[in-house]
Amino acid sequence: MTKDEILSKLPYGPGFLFVGELLHVDENGVKGTYTFDQGLLFYQSHFKAFPVTPAVILTETMAQIGLVCLGIYLLRGNTIGEGTGLAMTSSCIDFIKPVYPGEQVTVISEKVYFRFDKLSCKVRMENSIGETVCKGTISGMLKANSNE
Amino acid sequence: MDKQEILTGLRDIISLYTEEQDALDHISEQTDFIADLKINSANLVDIVLDIEEKFNINIDNESMAKMLNVKATVEVIEDKLAENAGK
Repeated sequence: MTKDEILSKLPYGPGFLFVGELLHVDENGVKGTYTFDQGLLFYQSHFKAFPVTPAVILTETMAQIGLVCLGIYLLRGNTIGEGTGLAMTSSCIDFIKPVYPGEQVTVISEKVYFRFDKLSCKVRMENSIGETVCKGTISGMLKANSNE
Repeated sequence: MDKQEILTGLRDIISLYTEEQDALDHISEQTDFIADLKINSANLVDIVLDIEEKFNINIDNESMAKMLNVKATVEVIEDKLAENAGK
């Protein structure tokens, strides 16, 4: 599966897509980048006169690149489709440095295990000068979508 | 390892993943992971991985699918321990 095929299978719309470019992906991990556009809506409010990327958005970015892109690759398109998705089930993240509007970050994810449809990864985010801005573990579960 | 030892070991593992203290205190073979202990599918995977480590066994997909209550889980652990002993 190519990097473009992975990107094309991401389930997010433009308002909540936090994956830019995938630099590398294999069985054991993934590396990708994302640039936080200065025009992103939440910067107007977080905070009122001092825009800084919310921790929850950093977590989402780590999950989209580190967990979902890797999950799509590991599944090889076999079981992920219209009827399935990857739901985040746990995250434990340390936030070390702030990320400001316009910054590009790199997410590096290493698979801890992928068993019984659960993917768990050690994920780290670096800023453009290679400093770690946050790190931790994120897990998700491949699930069949339902309307319940 | 007898059934009681397995059950005690299992309860120790489950205690990390459930908030249902009452159901845990009254755990029996009839206890259901989802209905009684309110454990979700992601934590069920954690429990199975912890069981593998604690009892030094390997659990395949087919066995995992059965492990939805205490009775079935204890049976899987007993079977896998017996397989190990026979090797």
